[in-house]
Amino acid sequence: MSTDAHYTPYHPKWYRRRVSVWWWLKNRTYAGFVLRELSSVFVAFFAIVLLWEIRAVLEGPEAYAQFTARLQTPLFLALDLVAFLFVLFHAITWFNAAPAAMVVRVRGKRLPDWVVAGSNYVGWFLLSMVIAGILLRG
Amino acid sequence: MSRATSSTVTLEVTRYRPEEETEPTLQTYEVPLEQDWVVLDALNYIKDRQDGSLSYRWSCRMGVCGSCGMMVNGTPKLTCAAFLTDYAPGPIRVEPLQFFPIMRDLIVDVTDFLSKLKSVKPWIIRDTERPLAEGEYRQTPDELDAYQQFSQCINCMLCYAACPVVGLEPDFIGPASIALAQRYNLDSRDEGARERLDILSTHDGIWGCTFVGECTKVCPKHVDPAGAIQQYKLTSGLDSLKSLLLPWGAK
Repeated sequence: MSTDAHYTPYHPKWYRRRVSVWWWLKNRTYAGFVLRELSSVFVAFFAIVLLWEIRAVLEGPEAYAQFTARLQTPLFLALDLVAFLFVLFHAITWFNAAPAAMVVRVRGKRLPDWVVAGSNYVGWFLLSMVIAGILLRG
Repeated sequence: MSRATSSTVTLEVTRYRPEEETEPTLQTYEVPLEQDWVVLDALNYIKDRQDGSLSYRWSCRMGVCGSCGMMVNGTPKLTCAAFLTDYAPGPIRVEPLQFFPIMRDLIVDVTDFLSKLKSVKPWIIRDTERPLAEGEYRQTPDELDAYQQFSQCINCMLCYAACPVVGLEPDFIGPASIALAQRYNLDSRDEGARERLDILSTHDGIWGCTFVGECTKVCPKHVDPAGAIQQYKLTSGLDSLKSLLLPWGAK
């Protein structure tokens, strides 16, 4: 914060504390926020794996077999599990935050938060069912 | 005042005397642990009985004036609403609101907040004032409901002390100012939304907010500044999308 305060005996200098590098460990909300921001790295990881898969499919069955074999190594299984947990955390905190950003009014009355968040979860569930249906059909 | 209990609680209070010392220190005081005492009562007890040199701000004692905000055990609180028994057996650490420059003991400099607040024009702006003869500007209960929550702000600055962006980005306009801008934007009598959007749809305005959400948690008046900022982002985003798609449309 800026001030133009000049130092005189009757107007002494204000004391400013530096913000610690570890500020985000000070409470749960801060830590949750930093984890949510960090989860974007794992969302990107899934996107890269998907691009990698597309390339393998285009290169033919041999490349695809190599791709799936590599995904089954312990390193990738562990990485996938961590990434999955982060993406889940990202999705849940995002849906829970939705009511704060979206004020939906029906006949002048604001819809309660759980309806706004709930509709996001229902949409997520339906979309997941459609994708599961497509994948499990064959 | 009658003493119902004989137990005491320790308060660790920030002292900073700029004419004597270069940085703040903690001083401990022992005060009676009364059922009906809040942290502010304990501070008043210290000032009256133990150490008259302790400096802090307070006024109404009932959560309306917004003067007595301090960090209590690391969380921004109105000290008139923070009961000692909730922190028993202590010790209770009382510090000035974080991210603000400290002037003396528990008193912080709020000049910067006041200039930020003023910059968002938190008052009703009209293109043309209606003649007095036409009477007052009437509102329906629904129109009142649209902004009433944001009008509850008492400028206590707890949300500034809760916001890491305020600490890390000194030019960020901050939660309460944006919530109050939104309070006037949503007022059916106001016509200043465009002016405020130009001030607030900037990096130092709404886009500086990373939605940590702690401002809403510490707000003693349930104003929900985090919600106000996210709603403002949505409005601003839709607005720039509109001007991109319909550049010829009237601004």
